[in-house]
Amino acid sequence: MADTAALDAAPIAAAVVPENRDDKALQRKIFIGLALLLMVAPLVLYPVYLMKVLCFALFALAFNLLLGYGGLLSFGHAAYFGMASYLSAYGAKVWGLSPELAILVGTATAALLGLVFGSLAIRRQGIYFSMITLALAQMAFFFALQAKFTGGEDGIQAVPRGALFGVIRLDDDRAMYGLVAVVFFLGMLTIYRIIHSPFGQVLKAIRDNESRAVSLGYRVNQYKLAVFVLSATLAGLAGATKAIVFQLASLTDVHWSMSGEVVLMTLVGGMGTVFGPIVGALVIVTMETYLAQFGAWVTVIQGCVFVLCVLLFREGVVGLIARRLRKPL
Amino acid sequence: MMTIFGVPTQALFGQLLLGLINGSFYAILSLGLAIIFGLLNIINFAHGALYMMGAFVAWMLLSYFGLGYWWALGLAPLVVGVFGVVLERVLIARLYKLDHLYGLLLTFGLALIIQGLFRNQYGVSGLPYAIPPELSGGQRLPFMFLPNYRAWVVVASLTVCIATWLIIEKTKLGAYLRAATENPTLVQAFGVNVPLFLTLTYGFGVALAGFAGVLAAPIYSVNPNMGADIIIVVFAVVVIGGMGSIIGSVITGFALGLVEGLTKVFYPEASSTVIFVIMVLVLLVKPAGLFGRTA
Repeated sequence: MADTAALDAAPIAAAVVPENRDDKALQRKIFIGLALLLMVAPLVLYPVYLMKVLCFALFALAFNLLLGYGGLLSFGHAAYFGMASYLSAYGAKVWGLSPELAILVGTATAALLGLVFGSLAIRRQGIYFSMITLALAQMAFFFALQAKFTGGEDGIQAVPRGALFGVIRLDDDRAMYGLVAVVFFLGMLTIYRIIHSPFGQVLKAIRDNESRAVSLGYRVNQYKLAVFVLSATLAGLAGATKAIVFQLASLTDVHWSMSGEVVLMTLVGGMGTVFGPIVGALVIVTMETYLAQFGAWVTVIQGCVFVLCVLLFREGVVGLIARRLRKPL
Repeated sequence: MMTIFGVPTQALFGQLLLGLINGSFYAILSLGLAIIFGLLNIINFAHGALYMMGAFVAWMLLSYFGLGYWWALGLAPLVVGVFGVVLERVLIARLYKLDHLYGLLLTFGLALIIQGLFRNQYGVSGLPYAIPPELSGGQRLPFMFLPNYRAWVVVASLTVCIATWLIIEKTKLGAYLRAATENPTLVQAFGVNVPLFLTLTYGFGVALAGFAGVLAAPIYSVNPNMGADIIIVVFAVVVIGGMGSIIGSVITGFALGLVEGLTKVFYPEASSTVIFVIMVLVLLVKPAGLFGRTA
């Protein structure tokens, strides 16, 4: 029953035409375009808003690495994002670490947490995997709520931005933006590299047909764990950076609704596309910024977007464009 | 005063009873989840929201129509069930041919919508719902004071769980249901209207959640967030028990409620996480879950 159902079911990510050299060239052009955009954007738009978009975009990219390429739907990515932001904030504020070290500490925490949670969650598949990641993340939430160092309901506030490498003061939003843009771009390149490596190819094979990958001799669980840890680490990098930017780590970042938000961003942008999560993060963050005045209606609207996307728009924005262009994006 | 392990018996049994009550809700909710998952292959994320809706329907029946608890106990599950039938027909039925994960995403979106709407209308502070007069007061037992309503909740939920089990295991309707869970195509070939079955099963599963919501209304205040808080714990319960067995999910629900109650007595700090810790242990020792069938 389970096997036939898996065969009937459409794969979670849009089927993409095989890549050739032209496609790579197009993607390279998009990368260059993005880099230029990152340089020009702060001249036009409010840097704090841009930094928020970039942090969430990196978070969504990391999440999409797991869902879109590993086929694993984690409903608990807030744990890595949030715990990394706590540790980064704590390191910068209490231990007096410089921002790059604080971010490193936060990211390492997420990696470790990803290793522990990932090795538990991959013991089950499909729907159970999602429930386990959600439950583990809720455990992390209660830990953050009760532990002394997280400051409970208040969170860790007034985190100093400090000076990068002890030289560049980050109190200036432009300098801070520069760091965030570099972190985002490097994170994105890393993910791109992972997707297109032999490792990434095996991941896609596992996503599309796990039994066949097993029969070909791949140690499926090791691949799953590896991509889980990578995804958690990069989500942590995003969270740790966000804590420094907004000088705040709070329970919002570890709450299950944050896990839902990153799913939504990826869904809107396009699961299993290289650039989709960036578009998704841009859409959702912008939506929330403009809808903030409506208070609790934001949740309702988010829910509606979820329902509409699942029913009518499963490819997402970038997935749709990619299909029209007949090129993987 | 009598004590056990240095804890007054009054406190110990009080917490155990509270644990049993939480366990009742875990049992009914995980039972509904298991039935829905068995047939529809969808994890109903909206289950918590529909449980909350059951409590709110009870409150509305009382406030707007003057219909009391006993009316609510019958009507609220019906309202929630019909709402579920509409959801299944209009939205969920469109996803059966897709990856199961889309069902999770859709019902998550539905949960956000339902919870958001109630939060907008009624705020988050919670609304009181009185214990029905027939069940107020309590019994003075030699070792503790037993409030009548709490005893009723445990009895009522046990009855509902056993009745559901009997329907599924012993009636012809239940036999169709079990057959359709195993192989829907074949059952359809025998002339059973499987799509109708799916709809009714979803309706029945969420009606159970609505029933639990009515039971919960007098104990916890009626609050838009009550479903979101409980559903993640119920997911952990489902992972621990495995969804292969109806009785299994009921037993797991009650047992974990008791464990949670005990933890509140002996190590209160861990009471909100103990079920997740047990989930981790079960995953390490028996990854398929205590009553799970497939690895």
